[in-house]
Amino acid sequence: MADLKIEAVSMTFSLPNGSTIEALKDISLEIAQGELVSVLGPSGCGKTTLLNILAGFLAPTGGQIRLGKTEVTGPDRARGMVFQQGALFEWMSVAKNVGFGPRMAGRPRAEIDARVEGLLQSVGLQGFGDKAVYELSGGMQQRVALARCLANDPDVILMDEPLGALDALTREKMQGLVLKLWKETGKTIVLITHSVEEALLLGERLIVMAPRPGRIHAEYRLPFAARGVGEDLRMVKRLPEFGERRDEILSMIWEMEEEIMGKAEAPV
Amino acid sequence: MTLLLIYIALLATIWALTAWLSTRIRSRDGMAARKTVTFGDESAIRPSRVASVASVAVVFLIWAAFTGSSWTFIHAPADWQMRPIWLPPPENVWFRLLDIAANGYRNFTLWEHLSISIWRVFTGFFFGALIGIPLGFAMGLNSFLRGWFDPIVEFMRPVPPLALIPLVIIWYGIDEKAKIILLFLAALWIMAIAARSGVAGVKLSKVHAAYSLGASKWQLLRHVIMPNALPDIFTGARVAMGVCWGTVVAAELVAAEKGAGFTIMVASRFMQTDIVLMGIILIGVIGYSIDVAMRMLERWLVPWKGRG
Repeated sequence: MADLKIEAVSMTFSLPNGSTIEALKDISLEIAQGELVSVLGPSGCGKTTLLNILAGFLAPTGGQIRLGKTEVTGPDRARGMVFQQGALFEWMSVAKNVGFGPRMAGRPRAEIDARVEGLLQSVGLQGFGDKAVYELSGGMQQRVALARCLANDPDVILMDEPLGALDALTREKMQGLVLKLWKETGKTIVLITHSVEEALLLGERLIVMAPRPGRIHAEYRLPFAARGVGEDLRMVKRLPEFGERRDEILSMIWEMEEEIMGKAEAPV
Repeated sequence: MTLLLIYIALLATIWALTAWLSTRIRSRDGMAARKTVTFGDESAIRPSRVASVASVAVVFLIWAAFTGSSWTFIHAPADWQMRPIWLPPPENVWFRLLDIAANGYRNFTLWEHLSISIWRVFTGFFFGALIGIPLGFAMGLNSFLRGWFDPIVEFMRPVPPLALIPLVIIWYGIDEKAKIILLFLAALWIMAIAARSGVAGVKLSKVHAAYSLGASKWQLLRHVIMPNALPDIFTGARVAMGVCWGTVVAAELVAAEKGAGFTIMVASRFMQTDIVLMGIILIGVIGYSIDVAMRMLERWLVPWKGRG
């Protein structure tokens, strides 16, 4: 239905001292409906800036974003967002959080209730609707965030390190959940992460970005996400080609980091 | 000086006694009791009930002992005794309270004196909040209004409300309106600043989340920014109530025909020290009660405070 097109997007920040930073330079990418794309890169490569532009929170200094035929000019319900943590509304119950989008749109009460109930079920939180969000663990809160985003039935789901603050065990479970929801809903998902393993597991396509200026450095098409839907994620991680890819990408990022360090330390 | 030494001696004695007793009967259990490091671990420090009760008892004991009270067997030597005009014994204050509660003071009943002060505080605070909270929101949400009101609010905030009393008297005289306006001014800046910091404290990710879930500006304000600011507004309200209570008493000291502050002011002119003490104790009790009530209200209305 609606492909997400990133057309020659650039973002240049001006600093108060007059110099400029090229956070993103000439990024072009086409993401087809239903694709699962992960974006990886060392800190400072502009991946969060890119996601904020996709969401419509930032207007790029060059180029444009299109979703289907419409140009993105600001945030709207077509592109849902899942944040790292702390973006839930703690003055609302779990069910109220999940139903927030439809409620703002003025959907009928019965429809919202049914939708919330179904979503709580699919993220494994049935029976938690009346709890306060601060009574839940970090992993459960992220389940609420996923359900809240899905309740709006967006075309694209943008995830900004959604699992970054979770402990390793919870994280692994949540990775499985993300894959399951992707399969069930067929949504386009763009996921930003700084974990190489997570990027490999949760990306049909994996984009590696490089810093200064922020740009696309490499792109992979990967079989792991598709396999992970049916299989145990730990089995996927044990595949020899998974290990090879991981080492390859890790050393790529290492090189970038060393280059940055070198630049920083080199006498001007 | 002697008094201070006696006080410290009593403190030390009771402390040693309770410490010794608690080593004898170590019946308490649970995490806190098993901690070996308590000095420096704030979470292991609980106010000791025994100490609190003993503290109040010691104050009354010293007071009674030095005023020749009939409520105690312990008396200070005769030449250390206070004269009632300086410090009456506790029972005088107590009986004076019963007397005034029954017969009133200066044409008004005790309840009228206290309730008028409380009414002034609540009315002044109400208007201060009514104007201050929207003002704070405006400052938190709009650059122009922030710039416009910042100098005024930042200048008025450090001016103690008491310093405004002379001006308010010149402008509005000494009637009810003048006192309400003074208290309004005392509460206004505190509430404005509390509301502003409540708005400023909203996490950007919550705002972003609401927008990408399809919320309009108005819906964002109603469902995200306002509830998010509530804990800060409550903290401000507690401070404002405290300041207003202090200000009303001071204002009544200067000019009033009834009220809690008026009572102690008039009594002091006639050297009715027992009434002065009674008034001070009542003012303290009411101020404390207001704060406790606000805290209970806060726990009931904003249970999510500090849990973001």
